[in-house]
Amino acid sequence: MTNGRTSAAAPGYSQRAFTQQLKKYYTFYTGGFIAFVIILAIAEQLGMPNRWIGYLFLLSTILLYAVIGVMSRTADIAEYYVAGRRVPALFNGMATGADWMSAASFIGMAGSLYLLGYDGLAFIMGWTGGYCLVALFLAPYLRKFGQFTIPDFLGARYGGHLPRTVGLVCAILCSFTYVVAQIYGVGIITTRMTGVDFQVGVFLGLAGILVCSFLGGMRAVTWTQVAQYIILIIAYLIPVVMLAYRNTGVPVPWAVYGYTLQKVTQKEQELAKDPKEQEVRGIFKKRADDADARLKGLPNSHAEEKAKVEKRLADLRAANAPADQVRAAEDAVKSFPASAEAARTRWTADKNAAAARSGPPRPHATEFPGATEQARDIARKNFLALIFCLMVGTAALPHILMRYYTTPSVRDARVSVTWSLFFIFMLYFTAPALAVQVKYEMYNAVVGTNFADLPTWVKSWSAVDRTLLNIVDINGDGIVQLAEITIGGDIVVLATPEIAKLPYVISGLVAAGGLAAALSTADGLLLTIANALSHDLYYKMINPNASTKTRVTVAKFLLLFVAIAAASVASQKPADILFLVSAAFSFAAASFFPALVLGIFWKRANKWGATLGMLAGTIVTVYYMAMTQPWLRSVFSVKSSIAENTWWDINPISAGIFGVPLGFAVIIIVSLLTPAPDQETQELVDHVRYPVLEGDIDTRGT
Amino acid sequence: MQLTERHKEYWRKNLTITAILLFIWFVITFVIGYYARELHEITILGFPFAFYMGAQGSLILYVVIIGFYAWYMNRQDRIYGVHEGDEQ
Repeated sequence: MTNGRTSAAAPGYSQRAFTQQLKKYYTFYTGGFIAFVIILAIAEQLGMPNRWIGYLFLLSTILLYAVIGVMSRTADIAEYYVAGRRVPALFNGMATGADWMSAASFIGMAGSLYLLGYDGLAFIMGWTGGYCLVALFLAPYLRKFGQFTIPDFLGARYGGHLPRTVGLVCAILCSFTYVVAQIYGVGIITTRMTGVDFQVGVFLGLAGILVCSFLGGMRAVTWTQVAQYIILIIAYLIPVVMLAYRNTGVPVPWAVYGYTLQKVTQKEQELAKDPKEQEVRGIFKKRADDADARLKGLPNSHAEEKAKVEKRLADLRAANAPADQVRAAEDAVKSFPASAEAARTRWTADKNAAAARSGPPRPHATEFPGATEQARDIARKNFLALIFCLMVGTAALPHILMRYYTTPSVRDARVSVTWSLFFIFMLYFTAPALAVQVKYEMYNAVVGTNFADLPTWVKSWSAVDRTLLNIVDINGDGIVQLAEITIGGDIVVLATPEIAKLPYVISGLVAAGGLAAALSTADGLLLTIANALSHDLYYKMINPNASTKTRVTVAKFLLLFVAIAAASVASQKPADILFLVSAAFSFAAASFFPALVLGIFWKRANKWGATLGMLAGTIVTVYYMAMTQPWLRSVFSVKSSIAENTWWDINPISAGIFGVPLGFAVIIIVSLLTPAPDQETQELVDHVRYPVLEGDIDTRGT
Repeated sequence: MQLTERHKEYWRKNLTITAILLFIWFVITFVIGYYARELHEITILGFPFAFYMGAQGSLILYVVIIGFYAWYMNRQDRIYGVHEGDEQ
């Protein structure tokens, strides 16, 4: 069997006709969605309250996904695991785009770029350039192999349950941390749009996730992801284009923001010298020094400081001071660190926070800003290491690779990677433009204005959530200085519609886009985990004689189980969730990439090499993170200092830079020291290298 | 299953194009990233050169790399007779 194309499509139904029909459906769908937005916009003008618009967006999009999900229900094994292998390249590209772009990309990316300037472009390049590795090293070969999961390939190529089990554990490890973050994102968005409790929001979101995947597995996820991509890209582009039009008169933000960036740079230089700005920064410098003095005085300073705040409260009470002053002093006593150890943590945080605000603004267009040449070199090294880890990690995340099992042919898999990157590119190309535009707005419309005349969006967002935007008149001059503003990155995307003075319906659209991004990624990840358990663990290892009906039932049950487990973890609001997401890239890079690539390009790679290579890569990556990342250090109670555990000044997020080369080295050395793989395995490698071979074997999963 | 010389040639061609494209990928990502500061004075559309590459140029080239690879290999499949069925 060499050609899966005709047999994969339903009888009497050619792939071409199928593609045509899909194009018709989704064009109709896109038109319908735009009409829906326009109708809501009209309703808003007629006086529909904002809250209703929020509800309508939330309910109607989830209902839409649910309808697609129910229509795509299936009990067929190939439909459930790989959408029947007949997803056209274009549509698989859109589905991959939605699968790939998470709530973090949609809401957080432009914010990171706002905060980090040039250095933030590591994320833009890393999360797009990784697709070159997918295209050149993996997608076409995995498609030819044509089974259901990534551990499937490891199991078949390296033989035996051992490599499959290691792959299984790694796939679950990186996907689970990632899916928790997505469900967390869904909870946040649901809460914002409807005002329900966060915990309720998480489980509402969970329902939204499950309607897409529960009944139809990969088939349902694919067709909802296409729908979600269309919504998320419309929701991302419209406000940015409108903002550019408002600011520059040209609705092409990508072409003109280089000149906006020059103005931003000029303003940064002015702000660095501005005496009022320097005054505010001086205040923060003093606060940092005070905190440092207290830290140096520990443990004695704990008792001294405690006495001070208590005395202040007593004095205020005795003097019959205004109620709000007394309340503030009471809070200070109540929240005072209980022990010297707690004080050390708190004051260190205070010191770092104040110190971070005592410097001039970070120059947006400058590469690797730093005080010294050495600091700049370290920043550059970490920039490049991060790009490397994000790229290799992209090319190793199972939920992405799995998507290339669903195309009708190897040829379509190759074309499909191009479409995937093109659709991802649309958003990533836009995010840096948005960051620069919002920064320009911030420097010109907010900095230097009177507190009384702040734009409405500033007032409303700082009222919603102080972690998103907080402006305090530190030096008491009644005018906003840049150093007085603290922002959370998410504000950049969330506030864009209001900055551009667009009607509320666009804000609702952005929220629906963020929801689509989070739901689609969560679905892809959940399916990866559930499939690893149901296919690799249950069917391949525990019960190989299970009927297809049992297998689909088990898969659905496990999906439900994993989804609830992930939602329960997310509803606890785990700390450092964002770190874990970025860490997932280093994990995936170090565990899968060497074994997958060598499995295709080097026939000599064998079972022991691959198993030990995956383990070595993963272990060294986890070890490095555990020794250098503050939160993981506290989990593993690491006592030695960060500095002495750091290798070549590399940040924990880029730990994969050690794991990947080590993984390659171990696979090569161990494989050469142990016997070559058998004839059958060598033939399997040839099988995946050629789209069609005479007398070829068939490895497609059934 | 016996591989002919033509099969081997197909695979060599695949490795060559993979290596060439990977080299381009490496240069536009890591070499430009490494020399970002030195390239700062060159300006494209108002951007410093490395900023332009990181925000736009490299991304466009990544899409081109993948698109070219797909086009090239799909053509090689036909030339070497290892292509799949004709239905599109």
